Amino acid sequence: MPEQSRRDWPLWEVFVRARRGLSHVHAGSLHAPDAEMALRNARDLYTRRQEGVSLWVVPASAITASSPDEKDSFFDPAGDKIYRHPTFYDVPEGVEHL
Amino acid sequence: MSPELSGGHPTIAGSGTGKPATYALCLGDDALVLAQRLGEWIAASPQLEEDVALANIALDQLGQARSLLGYAGSLMEPSRSEDDLAYFRDERDFRNVHLVERSWALPGGTGSDFGVTMARMLIWSTYQVELYSRLTSSADETLAAVAAKAVKEVDYHRDHATMWVLRLGDGTEESRVRMQAGLEAEWPYVEELFDASYVDQGLVASGVAVDPSILREPWTGRIEQVLAEATLTSPEVPPARGGGRRGIHTEQMGYLLAEMQHLARSHPGATW
Repeated sequence: MPEQSRRDWPLWEVFVRARRGLSHVHAGSLHAPDAEMALRNARDLYTRRQEGVSLWVVPASAITASSPDEKDSFFDPAGDKIYRHPTFYDVPEGVEHL
Repeated sequence: MSPELSGGHPTIAGSGTGKPATYALCLGDDALVLAQRLGEWIAASPQLEEDVALANIALDQLGQARSLLGYAGSLMEPSRSEDDLAYFRDERDFRNVHLVERSWALPGGTGSDFGVTMARMLIWSTYQVELYSRLTSSADETLAAVAAKAVKEVDYHRDHATMWVLRLGDGTEESRVRMQAGLEAEWPYVEELFDASYVDQGLVASGVAVDPSILREPWTGRIEQVLAEATLTSPEVPPARGGGRRGIHTEQMGYLLAEMQHLARSHPGATW
Protein backbone atom coordinates (compact mmCIF):
# COMPACT_ATOMS: atom_id res chain seq x y z
CA MET A 1 0.00 0.00 0.00
CA PRO A 2 1.60 3.26 -1.10
CA GLU A 3 -0.11 5.25 1.63
CA GLN A 4 1.36 3.01 4.27
CA SER A 5 4.89 3.01 2.86
CA ARG A 6 4.82 6.76 2.46
CA ARG A 7 4.33 7.08 6.18
CA ASP A 8 7.00 4.49 6.88
CA TRP A 9 9.87 6.09 5.00
CA PRO A 10 11.93 8.20 7.36
CA LEU A 11 12.78 11.84 6.80
CA TRP A 12 16.35 12.87 5.93
CA GLU A 13 17.98 16.29 6.06
CA VAL A 14 20.19 17.17 3.10
CA PHE A 15 23.39 19.23 3.23
CA VAL A 16 25.10 20.39 0.05
CA ARG A 17 28.62 21.71 -0.39
CA ALA A 18 28.55 24.12 -3.30
CA ARG A 19 32.27 23.88 -4.04
CA ARG A 20 35.58 22.97 -2.52
CA GLY A 21 36.52 25.13 0.44
CA LEU A 22 32.97 25.93 1.48
CA SER A 23 31.13 24.10 4.23
CA HIS A 24 28.05 21.95 3.69
CA VAL A 25 24.85 23.99 3.94
CA HIS A 26 21.39 22.70 4.75
CA ALA A 27 19.40 22.52 1.51
CA GLY A 28 16.17 20.78 2.50
CA SER A 29 14.76 17.39 3.35
CA LEU A 30 13.36 14.29 1.65
CA HIS A 31 11.96 10.83 2.32
CA ALA A 32 13.94 7.66 1.61
CA PRO A 33 13.93 4.07 2.88
CA ASP A 34 17.63 4.10 3.82
CA ALA A 35 20.79 6.21 3.71
CA GLU A 36 22.00 5.07 0.29
CA MET A 37 18.68 5.82 -1.35
CA ALA A 38 18.50 9.11 0.54
CA LEU A 39 21.83 10.11 -0.98
CA ARG A 40 20.61 9.31 -4.47
CA ASN A 41 17.32 11.12 -3.96
CA ALA A 42 19.30 14.09 -2.68
CA ARG A 43 21.39 14.04 -5.85
CA ASP A 44 18.23 14.12 -7.95
CA LEU A 45 16.39 16.71 -5.91
CA TYR A 46 19.10 19.15 -4.81
CA THR A 47 21.96 18.98 -7.33
CA ARG A 48 20.03 18.99 -10.63
CA ARG A 49 21.49 22.36 -11.56
CA GLN A 50 25.08 21.74 -10.54
CA GLU A 51 24.50 23.13 -7.05
CA GLY A 52 27.06 20.92 -5.41
CA VAL A 53 30.19 18.81 -5.33
CA SER A 54 29.43 16.92 -2.13
CA LEU A 55 26.31 15.74 -0.32
CA TRP A 56 25.51 14.73 3.24
CA VAL A 57 22.27 13.12 4.34
CA VAL A 58 21.39 12.90 8.02
CA PRO A 59 18.37 11.18 9.57
CA ALA A 60 16.13 14.01 10.72
CA SER A 61 15.55 12.02 13.91
CA ALA A 62 19.28 12.28 14.72
CA ILE A 63 19.13 16.06 14.91
CA THR A 64 18.49 17.66 18.29
CA ALA A 65 17.15 21.15 17.69
CA SER A 66 16.83 24.09 20.03
CA SER A 67 13.27 24.86 20.97
CA PRO A 68 11.53 28.11 20.05
CA ASP A 69 10.37 28.28 23.70
CA GLU A 70 13.98 28.53 24.82
CA LYS A 71 14.81 31.30 22.38
CA ASP A 72 15.02 33.99 25.06
CA SER A 73 17.35 32.16 27.40
CA PHE A 74 19.43 30.73 24.56
CA PHE A 75 20.07 33.74 22.41
CA ASP A 76 19.10 37.00 24.09
CA PRO A 77 21.98 37.05 26.64
CA ALA A 78 24.43 37.49 23.76
CA GLY A 79 22.64 40.64 22.69
CA ASP A 80 24.46 43.20 24.83
CA LYS A 81 27.95 41.68 24.76
CA ILE A 82 29.37 43.69 21.96
CA TYR A 83 32.92 43.06 23.25
CA ARG A 84 32.59 39.57 21.77
CA HIS A 85 32.70 41.07 18.32
CA PRO A 86 36.22 41.55 16.97
CA THR A 87 35.83 45.32 16.67
CA PHE A 88 38.05 46.40 19.56
CA TYR A 89 41.36 45.53 17.99
CA ASP A 90 43.62 47.74 15.96
CA VAL A 91 44.59 45.90 12.84
CA PRO A 92 48.30 46.39 12.20
CA GLU A 93 49.14 47.70 8.79
CA GLY A 94 50.24 45.16 6.26
CA VAL A 95 48.13 42.32 7.61
CA GLU A 96 46.25 40.78 4.80
CA HIS A 97 43.33 38.42 4.62
CA LEU A 98 41.76 39.66 7.86
CA MET B 1 2.71 16.99 -44.30
CA SER B 2 5.29 17.01 -47.04
CA PRO B 3 5.51 13.78 -49.08
CA GLU B 4 9.03 12.91 -47.97
CA LEU B 5 7.88 12.93 -44.35
CA SER B 6 4.69 10.95 -44.75
CA GLY B 7 5.30 7.39 -43.74
CA GLY B 8 6.40 4.72 -46.16
CA HIS B 9 9.99 3.70 -46.11
CA PRO B 10 12.17 6.75 -46.56
CA THR B 11 15.49 6.20 -48.20
CA ILE B 12 18.09 6.59 -45.53
CA ALA B 13 21.26 7.97 -46.95
CA GLY B 14 24.32 6.46 -45.44
CA SER B 15 23.58 2.78 -45.28
CA GLY B 16 26.50 1.05 -46.91
CA THR B 17 28.28 4.32 -47.58
CA GLY B 18 30.33 4.41 -44.41
CA LYS B 19 27.95 6.97 -42.82
CA PRO B 20 26.17 5.79 -39.69
CA ALA B 21 22.74 7.32 -40.36
CA THR B 22 20.76 4.12 -39.78
CA TYR B 23 22.91 3.15 -36.82
CA ALA B 24 22.41 6.53 -35.12
CA LEU B 25 18.69 6.33 -35.94
CA CYS B 26 18.38 2.95 -34.18
CA LEU B 27 20.16 4.15 -31.04
CA GLY B 28 18.28 7.45 -31.08
CA ASP B 29 14.89 5.78 -31.45
CA ASP B 30 15.65 3.50 -28.49
CA ALA B 31 16.36 6.50 -26.29
CA LEU B 32 13.43 8.59 -27.57
CA VAL B 33 10.82 5.88 -27.10
CA LEU B 34 12.09 4.96 -23.63
CA ALA B 35 12.04 8.63 -22.60
CA GLN B 36 8.41 8.85 -23.72
CA ARG B 37 7.49 5.71 -21.77
CA LEU B 38 9.30 6.87 -18.64
CA GLY B 39 7.30 10.08 -18.74
CA GLU B 40 4.26 8.05 -17.69
CA TRP B 41 5.72 7.74 -14.20
CA ILE B 42 5.71 11.49 -13.63
CA ALA B 43 3.13 12.23 -10.94
CA ALA B 44 2.41 8.48 -10.72
CA SER B 45 5.49 7.14 -8.90
CA PRO B 46 5.29 5.42 -5.50
CA GLN B 47 7.05 8.47 -4.02
CA LEU B 48 7.57 12.10 -4.93
CA GLU B 49 11.33 11.47 -4.78
CA GLU B 50 11.00 8.65 -7.32
CA ASP B 51 9.00 10.92 -9.61
CA VAL B 52 11.98 13.23 -9.86
CA ALA B 53 14.48 10.37 -10.24
CA LEU B 54 12.57 8.79 -13.14
CA ALA B 55 11.95 12.17 -14.76
CA ASN B 56 15.69 12.89 -14.60
CA ILE B 57 16.42 9.56 -16.25
CA ALA B 58 13.81 10.23 -18.93
CA LEU B 59 15.37 13.62 -19.66
CA ASP B 60 18.83 12.06 -19.95
CA GLN B 61 17.43 9.59 -22.49
CA LEU B 62 15.69 12.40 -24.35
CA GLY B 63 18.96 14.33 -24.51
CA GLN B 64 20.72 11.32 -26.01
CA ALA B 65 17.87 10.89 -28.48
CA ARG B 66 18.13 14.51 -29.60
CA SER B 67 21.85 14.24 -30.27
CA LEU B 68 21.56 10.91 -32.07
CA LEU B 69 18.49 11.78 -34.15
CA GLY B 70 19.88 15.20 -35.00
CA TYR B 71 23.04 13.53 -36.25
CA ALA B 72 21.16 10.80 -38.14
CA GLY B 73 18.98 13.45 -39.78
CA SER B 74 21.99 15.48 -40.87
CA LEU B 75 23.30 12.46 -42.79
CA MET B 76 20.02 11.89 -44.64
CA GLU B 77 19.20 13.15 -48.10
CA PRO B 78 17.39 15.50 -47.86
CA SER B 79 18.50 16.25 -44.34
CA ARG B 80 15.93 16.19 -41.54
CA SER B 81 15.71 17.81 -38.15
CA GLU B 82 15.37 15.89 -34.89
CA ASP B 83 11.72 17.05 -34.73
CA ASP B 84 11.02 15.77 -38.26
CA LEU B 85 12.29 12.37 -37.20
CA ALA B 86 10.54 12.30 -33.81
CA TYR B 87 7.15 13.68 -34.84
CA PHE B 88 6.68 12.98 -38.52
CA ARG B 89 7.65 9.38 -39.00
CA ASP B 90 5.10 6.57 -38.78
CA GLU B 91 5.38 3.43 -36.73
CA ARG B 92 7.01 1.34 -39.44
CA ASP B 93 9.86 3.83 -39.74
CA PHE B 94 10.88 3.62 -36.09
CA ARG B 95 13.86 1.36 -35.44
CA ASN B 96 13.74 0.90 -31.65
CA VAL B 97 13.77 -2.45 -29.87
CA HIS B 98 10.59 -3.85 -28.32
CA LEU B 99 12.01 -3.67 -24.79
CA VAL B 100 11.66 0.11 -24.63
CA GLU B 101 8.28 0.56 -26.32
CA ARG B 102 6.01 -1.69 -24.27
CA SER B 103 3.83 -0.39 -21.44
CA TRP B 104 4.97 -0.90 -17.85
CA ALA B 105 2.15 -3.36 -17.15
CA LEU B 106 2.63 -7.02 -16.26
CA PRO B 107 1.39 -9.45 -18.95
CA GLY B 108 -2.40 -9.49 -18.66
CA GLY B 109 -2.35 -6.52 -16.30
CA THR B 110 -3.24 -2.93 -17.01
CA GLY B 111 -1.62 -0.63 -14.45
CA SER B 112 2.04 0.36 -14.53
CA ASP B 113 4.14 -1.98 -12.40
CA PHE B 114 7.18 -0.74 -10.53
CA GLY B 115 8.85 -4.19 -10.56
CA VAL B 116 8.54 -4.32 -14.36
CA THR B 117 9.96 -0.82 -14.56
CA MET B 118 13.00 -1.55 -12.44
CA ALA B 119 13.63 -4.87 -14.22
CA ARG B 120 13.55 -3.11 -17.59
CA MET B 121 15.72 -0.23 -16.39
CA LEU B 122 18.31 -2.66 -15.03
CA ILE B 123 18.36 -4.62 -18.30
CA TRP B 124 18.43 -1.49 -20.41
CA SER B 125 20.90 0.67 -18.51
CA THR B 126 23.34 -2.21 -18.10
CA TYR B 127 23.20 -2.68 -21.88
CA GLN B 128 23.64 1.06 -22.47
CA VAL B 129 26.66 1.24 -20.17
CA GLU B 130 28.34 -1.56 -22.11
CA LEU B 131 27.39 0.02 -25.43
CA TYR B 132 28.33 3.64 -24.75
CA SER B 133 31.56 2.82 -22.91
CA ARG B 134 32.75 1.15 -26.14
CA LEU B 135 31.26 3.77 -28.44
CA THR B 136 33.39 6.47 -26.76
CA SER B 137 36.29 5.19 -28.88
CA SER B 138 34.25 5.20 -32.11
CA ALA B 139 36.07 6.35 -35.24
CA ASP B 140 33.09 8.67 -35.78
CA GLU B 141 33.75 11.81 -33.75
CA THR B 142 30.10 12.70 -33.23
CA LEU B 143 29.12 9.25 -32.00
CA ALA B 144 32.18 9.20 -29.72
CA ALA B 145 31.24 12.58 -28.25
CA VAL B 146 27.60 11.62 -27.68
CA ALA B 147 28.71 8.40 -26.01
CA ALA B 148 31.25 10.15 -23.77
CA LYS B 149 28.52 12.40 -22.38
CA ALA B 150 25.91 9.64 -22.16
CA VAL B 151 28.03 7.01 -20.46
CA LYS B 152 28.08 8.97 -17.18
CA GLU B 153 24.32 9.41 -17.35
CA VAL B 154 23.51 5.77 -17.99
CA ASP B 155 25.94 4.66 -15.30
CA TYR B 156 23.73 6.54 -12.85
CA HIS B 157 20.59 4.98 -14.36
CA ARG B 158 22.12 1.56 -13.78
CA ASP B 159 22.97 2.47 -10.22
CA HIS B 160 19.41 3.64 -9.59
CA ALA B 161 17.87 0.46 -11.01
CA THR B 162 20.39 -1.71 -9.16
CA MET B 163 19.54 -0.07 -5.84
CA TRP B 164 15.87 -0.84 -6.32
CA VAL B 165 16.34 -4.39 -7.61
CA LEU B 166 18.51 -5.18 -4.58
CA ARG B 167 16.02 -3.72 -2.15
CA LEU B 168 12.94 -5.29 -3.71
CA GLY B 169 14.58 -8.65 -4.44
CA ASP B 170 16.18 -8.94 -1.01
CA GLY B 171 13.27 -7.24 0.76
CA THR B 172 10.02 -8.81 1.90
CA GLU B 173 8.59 -12.02 0.49
CA GLU B 174 6.02 -10.02 -1.49
CA SER B 175 8.55 -7.58 -2.92
CA ARG B 176 10.79 -10.49 -3.99
CA VAL B 177 7.93 -12.25 -5.79
CA ARG B 178 6.91 -9.06 -7.56
CA MET B 179 10.47 -8.16 -8.56
CA GLN B 180 10.96 -11.66 -9.98
CA ALA B 181 7.66 -11.29 -11.88
CA GLY B 182 8.99 -8.07 -13.38
CA LEU B 183 12.13 -9.86 -14.57
CA GLU B 184 10.06 -12.68 -16.09
CA ALA B 185 7.97 -10.11 -17.99
CA GLU B 186 10.96 -8.28 -19.46
CA TRP B 187 13.34 -11.15 -20.11
CA PRO B 188 11.93 -12.28 -23.49
CA TYR B 189 12.93 -8.86 -24.89
CA VAL B 190 16.60 -9.09 -23.87
CA GLU B 191 17.73 -11.07 -26.91
CA GLU B 192 16.82 -8.33 -29.38
CA LEU B 193 19.35 -5.98 -27.77
CA PHE B 194 22.24 -8.14 -28.92
CA ASP B 195 20.96 -8.90 -32.42
CA ALA B 196 23.69 -7.60 -34.72
CA SER B 197 21.77 -8.00 -37.96
CA TYR B 198 20.79 -4.33 -38.13
CA VAL B 199 24.33 -3.02 -37.92
CA ASP B 200 26.25 -2.52 -41.13
CA GLN B 201 29.29 -4.77 -40.69
CA GLY B 202 31.34 -2.26 -42.66
CA LEU B 203 30.73 0.27 -39.89
CA VAL B 204 31.85 -2.27 -37.29
CA ALA B 205 34.99 -3.09 -39.28
CA SER B 206 35.88 0.60 -39.63
CA GLY B 207 35.46 1.14 -35.88
CA VAL B 208 32.44 3.45 -36.23
CA ALA B 209 29.75 1.18 -34.76
CA VAL B 210 29.81 -1.32 -31.90
CA ASP B 211 28.81 -4.90 -32.72
CA PRO B 212 25.98 -5.46 -30.22
CA SER B 213 26.63 -9.20 -30.00
CA ILE B 214 29.93 -8.61 -28.15
CA LEU B 215 28.01 -6.83 -25.37
CA ARG B 216 26.16 -10.00 -24.42
CA GLU B 217 28.85 -11.57 -22.25
CA PRO B 218 29.79 -8.52 -20.13
CA TRP B 219 26.08 -7.71 -19.80
CA THR B 220 25.29 -11.19 -18.49
CA GLY B 221 28.18 -11.00 -16.02
CA ARG B 222 26.98 -7.74 -14.50
CA ILE B 223 23.32 -8.75 -14.40
CA GLU B 224 23.96 -12.11 -12.80
CA GLN B 225 25.97 -10.42 -10.07
CA VAL B 226 23.08 -8.07 -9.23
CA LEU B 227 20.44 -10.80 -9.37
CA ALA B 228 22.48 -13.12 -7.12
CA GLU B 229 22.92 -10.39 -4.53
CA ALA B 230 19.20 -9.61 -4.77
CA THR B 231 18.31 -13.31 -4.23
CA LEU B 232 16.63 -13.34 -7.67
CA THR B 233 17.15 -15.71 -10.58
CA SER B 234 17.64 -15.21 -14.31
CA PRO B 235 14.36 -16.24 -15.94
CA GLU B 236 14.40 -19.11 -18.38
CA VAL B 237 11.95 -17.98 -21.01
CA PRO B 238 12.04 -18.18 -24.80
CA PRO B 239 12.95 -14.92 -26.56
CA ALA B 240 10.20 -12.83 -28.13
CA ARG B 241 9.86 -12.50 -31.88
CA GLY B 242 11.66 -9.16 -32.14
CA GLY B 243 11.65 -7.09 -35.31
CA GLY B 244 11.86 -3.56 -33.94
CA ARG B 245 15.01 -2.83 -35.93
CA ARG B 246 13.05 -3.65 -39.09
CA GLY B 247 10.14 -1.40 -38.15
CA ILE B 248 7.87 -4.16 -36.87
CA HIS B 249 6.51 -3.16 -33.48
CA THR B 250 4.23 -4.39 -30.72
CA GLU B 251 0.62 -3.28 -30.55
CA GLN B 252 1.48 -0.79 -27.80
CA MET B 253 3.80 1.25 -30.01
CA GLY B 254 0.98 2.94 -31.90
CA TYR B 255 -0.55 4.35 -28.72
CA LEU B 256 2.80 5.67 -27.57
CA LEU B 257 3.42 7.41 -30.89
CA ALA B 258 -0.11 8.82 -30.99
CA GLU B 259 0.45 10.51 -27.66
CA MET B 260 3.97 11.68 -28.52
CA GLN B 261 3.17 12.98 -32.01
CA HIS B 262 -0.37 14.24 -31.64
CA LEU B 263 0.41 17.83 -30.74
CA ALA B 264 3.13 18.36 -33.33
CA ARG B 265 0.93 16.90 -36.07
CA SER B 266 -2.25 18.73 -35.09
CA HIS B 267 -0.51 22.08 -34.76
CA PRO B 268 2.53 22.00 -37.06
CA GLY B 269 5.17 24.47 -35.99
CA ALA B 270 3.59 25.04 -32.58
CA THR B 271 5.92 26.43 -29.93
CA TRP B 272 5.41 27.09 -26.25
